[in-house]
Amino acid sequence: MNDRIEKRIELKAPLSRVWRALTDYREFGAWFRVKLDGPFVPGEVSRGHITYPGYEHVKWEAVLQKLEPERLFSFTWHPYAVDPKTDYSKETPTLVEFKLEKTAGGTLLVLTESGFDKIPSDRRLEAFRRNDGGWTEQMQNVESHVAQKP
Amino acid sequence: MWHKSRNRRGGNPNAPAPVFAALGDETRLSLVARLSAGPPCSISQLTGGSRLTRQAISKHLRVLEHAGIVHGVRAGRQKLFEFDPRPMQEVRGYLDLVSEQWDQALARLRLFVEK
Repeated sequence: MNDRIEKRIELKAPLSRVWRALTDYREFGAWFRVKLDGPFVPGEVSRGHITYPGYEHVKWEAVLQKLEPERLFSFTWHPYAVDPKTDYSKETPTLVEFKLEKTAGGTLLVLTESGFDKIPSDRRLEAFRRNDGGWTEQMQNVESHVAQKP
Repeated sequence: MWHKSRNRRGGNPNAPAPVFAALGDETRLSLVARLSAGPPCSISQLTGGSRLTRQAISKHLRVLEHAGIVHGVRAGRQKLFEFDPRPMQEVRGYLDLVSEQWDQALARLRLFVEK
């Protein structure tokens, strides 16, 4: 069993376009569904609010790690930190890395998130409980809404 | 059903369960493979057929016990070790959940950059 998640997707868009979508805080916010307070600065905390329907009360907080132009964008954060009453700051965060590579058809994006072994087991259980009718269902709602009203 | 494993595991419920670390070792993986496929075993049984000493096996079992992957159960004067699948299921399920969220986020990123 691996202590990390890895996703590889090929995007039909130039490297510069993907880089901007990842690292411009407004563009990142548009697809990630978070309203960020300001630009990403390595070593600094990025703050904002989730704009995902039903999760608007949830704060976004991540520490920017690397911004290596058109190559690597990374931050640390607390995955599934959706309970406003819980202080996640004392827990070890996970590392999220977006690596980009130019391909013939566009851009290869490799996303990894690592460090899950350090997440308290109670937090993992909480994520399960919250997932009942959580993100997945929300997503299905949005999809069916869009499908009905194109 | 998940909260039971926490109670049984004991200790500080907020401490991370070092499941990945516990499984990141060939010997421990082979112990887990053996215990998950059969009945509870004693240290002697687990040492038999292995090139490792009783002390070494015992040390590995403690790591697995700490992660909640095996539990010691008393059988008369013997201590037997039994496999508990829950910590591994819990970790797997959690990773699946986070993984699914990334799939959704990356699908939105695709729409965003390819439009």
